Amino acid sequence: MTNAVIREDFREILRLVRPGSRVLDVGCGEGALLDLLAHEKQVDARGLELSAEGVAACMARGLSVVQGDADLDLDHFPDRSFDYAVLSQTLQATRRPRHVLDELLRIADRAIVSFPNFGHWRVRWSLLSRGRMPETKALPLPWWSTPNIHLCTLADFMALTEDLNLRVDASAAFAGRGPARPMNPASAIENWRSETCLFMLSRNGTPPSRELPAASGDLFGG
Amino acid sequence: MAALDLVTPVLSDGGTWRFPANEPLRLDSGGVIEGLEIAYQTYGRLNADKSNAVLICHALTMDQYVASPHPVTGKPGWWPRLVGPGKPLDPARHFIICSNVIGGCMGSTGPASINPATGRPYGLSFPVITIADMVRAQAMLVTALGVDTLFAVVGGSMGGMQVQQWAVDYPERMASAVILASASRHSAQNIAFHEVGRQAIMADPDWRGGAYAEHGVRPEKGLAVARMAAHITYLSEPALQRKFGRELQRDGLSWGFDADFQVESYLRHQGSSFVDRFDANSYLYITRAMDYFDIAASHGGVLAKAFTRARHVRFCVLSFSSDWLYPTAENRHLVRALTAAGARAAFAEIESDKGHDAFLLDEPVMDAALAGFLGSAERERGLI
Repeated sequence: MTNAVIREDFREILRLVRPGSRVLDVGCGEGALLDLLAHEKQVDARGLELSAEGVAACMARGLSVVQGDADLDLDHFPDRSFDYAVLSQTLQATRRPRHVLDELLRIADRAIVSFPNFGHWRVRWSLLSRGRMPETKALPLPWWSTPNIHLCTLADFMALTEDLNLRVDASAAFAGRGPARPMNPASAIENWRSETCLFMLSRNGTPPSRELPAASGDLFGG
Repeated sequence: MAALDLVTPVLSDGGTWRFPANEPLRLDSGGVIEGLEIAYQTYGRLNADKSNAVLICHALTMDQYVASPHPVTGKPGWWPRLVGPGKPLDPARHFIICSNVIGGCMGSTGPASINPATGRPYGLSFPVITIADMVRAQAMLVTALGVDTLFAVVGGSMGGMQVQQWAVDYPERMASAVILASASRHSAQNIAFHEVGRQAIMADPDWRGGAYAEHGVRPEKGLAVARMAAHITYLSEPALQRKFGRELQRDGLSWGFDADFQVESYLRHQGSSFVDRFDANSYLYITRAMDYFDIAASHGGVLAKAFTRARHVRFCVLSFSSDWLYPTAENRHLVRALTAAGARAAFAEIESDKGHDAFLLDEPVMDAALAGFLGSAERERGLI
C-alpha cells in the first residue's frame, strides 16, 4: 500500500465521521488519522496500537492511545462506548478477523473497515501469470514478510458481513492513487476492479445509541 | 507555618503546615492523628483562576524536595527530567506542590514525631497508615494551599499508587493523572521483598522494639541491609551485569568477606548513605502502607469499579520493559480497568533495560510521551 492510498483512505473516513463523535482507531500507528479527526471533526479520539514507538508518538501528539493488540485487547472496552470504531488496513493482519469485526460492532455503533481486495484483477493476474504470491501496489511485500495473514476478497468480506448480520451503511473503493468512488459491493465486477475497499458497517436492527448531528458534505449519506 | 504569598513572584516556597486539633486526620485503621503536620515544597505560583496547580507524589524513600536541593544530602531535586525551567512541569507556568507523605521522616508527622499524648516519640505507637491516608492528608494540604482542583497529579512507583488513590477518592479535584512504573496492588513478591527489609531492621539490636530514639541509638545496620535488598529490586539484571559484571574492587580476591566485588561495594554504599537520610521506623510504616495497597479490594474485587467516578480524568500510564518490581502486566491491568471504566487512558510500555528506576532516568521516549501528554492536558485546561 502506498501513502497516497492511505491518505485517500483517511480522507474518506474523515467524510464519514460526524463531528463531535467518539472514535476508536484500532491499529492507529502514530496517530495521523486520529489527529486529523480530532482537529477537523473535534471528535473524542482514542486509539489502540501495538508498537510502543507508535503509542509514544501518539502521546506526544496528546492522543489517548493504549498499547495493545486488536486480537486481545478489544474485549476490555465496554459495550457501545464509541460511535465509530475504525480499522484501517489492519483486518487482514489480525489473527481472528471475524472476532475482531464482531468486537468492533460490540464496542461501537459503527465500524469503518478498509482492506486490500484480494479479488482485484492485478492480484488475480499476478497469481495466474506468474504462479507466485501476488506483489502489487496494494500488497507490496513478499509472502514471507507481509503482516497480512488473513487476506480476503470483496466477495469473501460480504459473505462475512452477512454471516455476522451486519448492514453496509456506506462503501467505497480506491485504485492506485485515485480518489475514492462509491462502490456497490454486491456487484461482481467490483470484486475485479476495487483495489482497496472501505466499508461503514452497523448491526442490523440496532439503532445508534445516541443521535448525532448530521455531517456536512457526507459523500455516502451515512 | 510558611504563608504562601500569591502576590510576589516566588520560585520556591515551603515549610510545614500544622493543622489545628479540630482538623485531625482520620485513618483507615480507625485511628486519628491530631495536630497533623505536613512538610511540603512548592514551585511557581498559583494563577488567578487557580487552574495551574500540580501535585507530585513521591516514591517510598523520596521526599518533598522534587526540584530543590536536599537539606541533608545537598543533592539537587530528585526529578530534574520532569520538573524545572523548560521542563514539562515548569515553575514559570505551573504551581507545583510536593509534600512528604505522612509516616515519612522529612518533616511530616511520622513515627519519629513526638506523640502529643505522651510527649515522647511515637515509635511503634504510631498508627499503621495506608496509601489512602497519605492521600487524605495531601488533599487537606492542597485545600490549605488554596487549591480546589489540580491540573495534574503525578507520581511513579508508590507515587503512582497515590495518584491512583487520588483518582478513586478525589476524582472531582483533578483533571489529569500520570502514573509511572506502578501497580494497583502489591503482589506476593512485592510484599516478600518488603518483609525482608522489615525483618532486617527489626533484627538489628539497636532497633530496641522501635524505641531506639529514646535510647539514643539507630538501627543503621538493619536499615542499610533493607536498603541493599530493596535497591536490587530497583535495577534490572542486565543493568547490574553491565555496570559491574564480576569486576573486583582491587587486584585479586581477599579470601575473606570484604567487599571484593564492585557490586558489593556499590550496595554497601547505597545502604550506608541511605541511613543518613532515612528513619528505620518510617521504612517499616511506609512499606506496610504499600503492602496493604489493593484498590480493587475495597470495590468488590473489581478494579474498574474504583474508577467509575474518574471518567473525566485523562490518564497517562507508562511501564518499563525491564521493571520486574511493578512489571508491565500490572500496569496493563490498571489500564484495562481504566478503559473498562470509560476513562481516557493512554498507555505505553517503554523499552528500557534500566529496571524500575527507569522512570527517574534518561528515557527519551518517556520524556516525549510525558511532555506530549501534559502539553495536551494543559491545552485542554486552557493553560496554554
